[in-house]
Amino acid sequence: MSDYNFAYLDEQTKRMIRRAILKGLAIPGYQVPFASREMPMPYGWGTGGVQVSAAILTPDDTFKAIDQGADDTTNAVSIRRFFQKTAGVAVTEATKEASVIQTRHRIPEQDLRDDQILVYQVPIPEPLRFLEPSEVETRKMHSLEEYGLMHVKLYEDISQHGDIATAYAYPVKVEGRYVMDPSPIPKFDNPKLEMAGIQLFGAGREQRIYAIPPYTQVVSLDFDDYPFQPTKADHACDLCGAEDSYLDELIVDDAGGRMFMCSDTDYCTSRRKNGHVGAQGVPFKEDAA
Amino acid sequence: MQAHVLEGGFDNHAVDSSHAFRAVMTAMARPGQIATLQGALPPAPLSKAAGVVLLTLCDPETPIYLAPSHDTQQLRDWITFHTGAPFVTAEAAIFAVGTWQDLPVSAFAIGTAEYPDRSATLIVECESLSNTGEVLRGPGIKDQTALSLPKTDAFQTNAALFPLGLDFIFTCGDRLAALPRTTRVG
Repeated sequence: MSDYNFAYLDEQTKRMIRRAILKGLAIPGYQVPFASREMPMPYGWGTGGVQVSAAILTPDDTFKAIDQGADDTTNAVSIRRFFQKTAGVAVTEATKEASVIQTRHRIPEQDLRDDQILVYQVPIPEPLRFLEPSEVETRKMHSLEEYGLMHVKLYEDISQHGDIATAYAYPVKVEGRYVMDPSPIPKFDNPKLEMAGIQLFGAGREQRIYAIPPYTQVVSLDFDDYPFQPTKADHACDLCGAEDSYLDELIVDDAGGRMFMCSDTDYCTSRRKNGHVGAQGVPFKEDAA
Repeated sequence: MQAHVLEGGFDNHAVDSSHAFRAVMTAMARPGQIATLQGALPPAPLSKAAGVVLLTLCDPETPIYLAPSHDTQQLRDWITFHTGAPFVTAEAAIFAVGTWQDLPVSAFAIGTAEYPDRSATLIVECESLSNTGEVLRGPGIKDQTALSLPKTDAFQTNAALFPLGLDFIFTCGDRLAALPRTTRVG
């Protein structure tokens, strides 16, 4: 342990966040205002997610942090170490071993169990913000269930691009009531928002917390003639050969060479450990860098 | 102030309240699921579970309403010492504690259209708590579950107010279950 209070935040702050989380769970998809604190990291680095994680962690938890699916990026590593130091919790990179997973912009490929909690870092929680800059107005629109503007936006996508071009932060309607921003996850992940685990969303700069309880209806907005379609690169992972995972495209030289690889590093590594090899991959070795 | 008022709080506040909150959060996310809590020993008539909930969620920012069934000087002193929460009328309360018969359910804040979260959470002390009785459906529930509720129509009325409404925590001894406004009863 360290000289910090358990999980960094003081107890009164945790109580305030905990009350907001409970109201968020009771009103799925509704953005509960909370008094976001300054954290020892800049806004945009997951301060909302970190505050939610700090409020829900217990000393018995096993914590995992991912950034665009990867466990080994700067943001993920620093958040994981933050809780290792301030809460003394066990940490892991394996999705199935984690009890609390903080994520930036991905849902793990492996389905979460009912004893797992997913905490999202959210930059702009208000799905209507880029359509209507006034908080007074967007709040009124939510209260009146006035979401026509969002459908106009999706319609304009179709009229300009021939298809719904929105590829991430794709708006969803939760339990038939609130339109919600699922954070900038790729729309490939949207179907997984109906899951067995508890999902909590924290936006630090914008001071909002919202939640989706398990088995809650989450519908991606669409039209009858342009139904919602989760998309991914039309390719298999070049490292592990997976055809069902979300892929990152990596430019490998200055001659147009490229490869695709799973954005979920744990999923990719587990598959390689089990002997799967992609088109450009090499068999997994324990000490490989 | 008597010595026993000072006792019965968490031994290690940060750790005990983290376990307690996880249990309360899981209960609220999974309506009908019964959890067991520990860590507080409040004076009668407050149950252990209700005591743990108050210690975990209440502080000077959360006005509490005590129903006549629970409005004793000893309990007021205990809550004041351990949480610092002020006592108010039902209309102004964020949390309320009492038996179902003694809670004036229609008096509590149910939130506003723009801020449905500004609503009260009622901690209802029950004689018994089991997964029998009324059928529950809704967010957090896979297919359906059941919970012994003190009444049926009041919770149906409450659910019809969604997204406004009250949220309930039922306590019995050291056990607890929750019923948010989204749960459809019967």
